[in-house]
Amino acid sequence: MINPASSASVRRYKKKSRLKETWRRMKKNKLSLIGLAVFSVFVLVLIFADVIVPYEVALKQDMANRFASPSWTHLLGTDLYGRDIFARIIHGTRNSLTLGIAAVVVGMTLGGTLAAVAGYYGGKIDMVIMRITDTIFCIPFMLLGLSIVAALGPGLRNILIAITITAIPNYVRIIRSAILTVVGQDFIEAGRACGARNRFIILRHVLPNAIGPIIVQATMQVGTMIIYSTAFSYLGLGIQPPAPEWGSMLAEAKNYMLSAPHMIIAPGMAIVLVALSLNLMGDGLRDALDPKLKD
Amino acid sequence: MSDKLLEVKNLAVVYNTDDAVVHAVNGIDFSIKAKETIGLVGETGAGKTTTALAILRLLPERTGRIASGEIVFNGENLLENSRKEMRRVRGAHISMIFQDPMTSLNPTISVGDQIYESLKIHNYENKSKEQLNRRVDELLELVGISAGRKCEFPHQFSGGMKQRVVIAIALACEPQLLIADEPTTALDVTIQAQVISMMFDLKEKLETSMIMITHDLGVVAQTCDKVAIMYAGEIIEYGTVEDIFESDRHHPYTAGLFGSIPDLDVETERLSPIEGLMPDPTDLPQGCKFHPRCKQCMAICASVLPPKWQEGEHVIACHLFAKGE
Repeated sequence: MINPASSASVRRYKKKSRLKETWRRMKKNKLSLIGLAVFSVFVLVLIFADVIVPYEVALKQDMANRFASPSWTHLLGTDLYGRDIFARIIHGTRNSLTLGIAAVVVGMTLGGTLAAVAGYYGGKIDMVIMRITDTIFCIPFMLLGLSIVAALGPGLRNILIAITITAIPNYVRIIRSAILTVVGQDFIEAGRACGARNRFIILRHVLPNAIGPIIVQATMQVGTMIIYSTAFSYLGLGIQPPAPEWGSMLAEAKNYMLSAPHMIIAPGMAIVLVALSLNLMGDGLRDALDPKLKD
Repeated sequence: MSDKLLEVKNLAVVYNTDDAVVHAVNGIDFSIKAKETIGLVGETGAGKTTTALAILRLLPERTGRIASGEIVFNGENLLENSRKEMRRVRGAHISMIFQDPMTSLNPTISVGDQIYESLKIHNYENKSKEQLNRRVDELLELVGISAGRKCEFPHQFSGGMKQRVVIAIALACEPQLLIADEPTTALDVTIQAQVISMMFDLKEKLETSMIMITHDLGVVAQTCDKVAIMYAGEIIEYGTVEDIFESDRHHPYTAGLFGSIPDLDVETERLSPIEGLMPDPTDLPQGCKFHPRCKQCMAICASVLPPKWQEGEHVIACHLFAKGE
């Protein structure tokens, strides 16, 4: 039945993997490439922080040189204890970026699973999940986070748990609504008529069609999560000083905003750059994953 | 008995909504032999799709319920199957073509992969990936699409081609029974003819039985062996195509249906529809369901369920004939 020409084209198709195809299409979006480049720089900084500046520099206090403006010795100036801000930004990447991304990845995974189950099955399961979500929503964000940190003790891991749990209801809501628009469609029913399992339908047919809003939300949330964690640092429950972290640097700099603006600009810019680059990247990725916007 | 592929006995389906109980299908019987095609004809809301979904046990879980009856497929009662057994039946032995090809394909997966999926789900013989891929090519060629296009996505196909892909998916595992739920309603007329003739060529080739759900009597005349006319969840007339199209004895509803088809040779100002509307399925009338709209209604029709008049395979549920005999 098959003619040789068509089987040749089949083989050509096999070589073009999903990953390559997505990359080919993402390449066309220059902004998302810029986002990817900036974000890659941050990841490299995270990995090679010690090569760029030794960790001690980030902690070394120099009281004679407090609030120094940016200069060749201190690229981004110094803070209220005379510590080099550049070194602190570099080493803060490790804490902040890990925290921001981990919080979103873990939160999205848990929230996404709950949302998919709630949206797909509906009925009682949906009811239970959504009412629990609503309940968590009702508790003020800070109060819930604080209680969790207070119970578990301060530290990077516990903050991560706290901000993840408090953010999950948000994700559940957004993802569930994205999923509800897909679940009603005929191809879901058609999948069932083909004898597919529910799990298979959720993973292969429901989620890929709801991925757009999920990616956008995820990339936006990284910046938000970094700033949320600041609040804990500010109250002394976050990453403990003197360890560098962008959020706590921001909080420290707040009091000197008018007299030493460089102190607040540096960590602020770092957070903005991470959030923006991820956002641009996510935008491009979403378009690249949507076959309807092909070419 | 054994030559019957599917036998539906006294099937009744109800939907429990918040406000009321909807009697969608009320005790229907029909059967299909191997290689046979039966047409389910009726107005919107007559229970055609519900019957199809009930056979696959795909009624909406929270509301739809099969109240009574039996659906015997290949000698086993599908209503007694576990969910797992049911999944093996769906797609592999009974598959379904949906009404709207625009929405019954997943827009994010290439058509080749979607056909592949159905094969993979029912890959009980552990065929290799390569074998399955070759089968995908074969299926695409079978429905008249070049296999080279299998990496393309649904939005790159036209409506008619999408429906061909849907048919390819439905036929992927060579089912014994194909349920086509208004497969051509969403297509324009020229494409309809193409798709239908292709579907029937394939059906003949693969020796599949088929349930054709439609409200197009033309399609029925062209394609079906048997016809069941449904009204308000009941089969009011059943017979071979010849019985329905040639015989002069008809249920008044069937007569009305034929009467409402415009005649090309006669010039008329208006069509002659059947007066009135389908009864509310939450509150069906007593006796014959059609009596409020029937022009030949008698006193008895409003209170007593009509008996079944039978001649050969032709069955009509109406008092008119019971009295005449």
